[in-house]
Amino acid sequence: MASQDPALLRRLLRAKDRMDAASEEDWPVERLANVSGVSQAHFARSFKEAFGVPPHRYLLTRRIERAKALLRDTDAPIIDIAFQTGWNSLGTFGRVFRDVTGESPSELRAREQASAHQLDQVPHCFVSAAYRPDLKIAVSEKRRREAGDRSDPEETEVPK
Amino acid sequence: MTEGIGVVGLYVHDQDAALDFYVGKLGFQVHTDARNGNYRWLTVKHPNQPSFELGLFLPQEPVLDAATAHTMREMVAKGGMPPLVLVVDDCRAAYDKLRAKGVEFIQEPVARFGGVDANFRDPSGNAWKMIEARS
Repeated sequence: MASQDPALLRRLLRAKDRMDAASEEDWPVERLANVSGVSQAHFARSFKEAFGVPPHRYLLTRRIERAKALLRDTDAPIIDIAFQTGWNSLGTFGRVFRDVTGESPSELRAREQASAHQLDQVPHCFVSAAYRPDLKIAVSEKRRREAGDRSDPEETEVPK
Repeated sequence: MTEGIGVVGLYVHDQDAALDFYVGKLGFQVHTDARNGNYRWLTVKHPNQPSFELGLFLPQEPVLDAATAHTMREMVAKGGMPPLVLVVDDCRAAYDKLRAKGVEFIQEPVARFGGVDANFRDPSGNAWKMIEARS
């Protein structure tokens, strides 16, 4: 892999940090590129090269991670969790959540809450990272592979 | 007590900027600042921990070969280095004070698990978790 300029990487990290801090917000490439002080085309390419995933897939993993934590740690209604983590429809949330994690939000909640946790001695961010989905491929691709060759309508990973 | 950990080092992209950050903003003190040619052994200490030195080191030749030094600079800038924890008495007060000095916080203070924590980065990209211990 080609080496990248550390000064650029530090600015790309800033965009990643901003998504981490507010993953429920909308992060169009223009906004992210602005944080990093680079052009939109340059941003998307450089981010993927630096962090291994396209910026919007990264954002999706953070949203799912946060939704999983809220399902596990709170009794909030699933629709509230969907809106709180950046989706604007319960249907999309449920479908993407299942595509990414392999189970529905309510199934995950039931399973997680049934098992005791001893994570309160570990700093939050590491617990959080342990729950981050590992998304090596796009959700649309994952869906396609699971569905065989059945063609799905094109969808963006994160609702606009 | 004479036995214990003496120095733990961080990689930084610029030792002057690191010094300004750790001493000028976080309030640490210089422990040792010794130069030999381009090499600079720079360590700081927390005012309450005079015998523990935090090294602020440049990934550089000849300690590392040029390619490895560059890789280390990339890793630091991408936030890939191990986590650091700073313990404070009052996380929100420390947050206000440090933020006013221009420290780049990446997470505002959050109360959870009986404590309060916030996150910031140094100019190089090293991430600190600032924790107010549970009482």
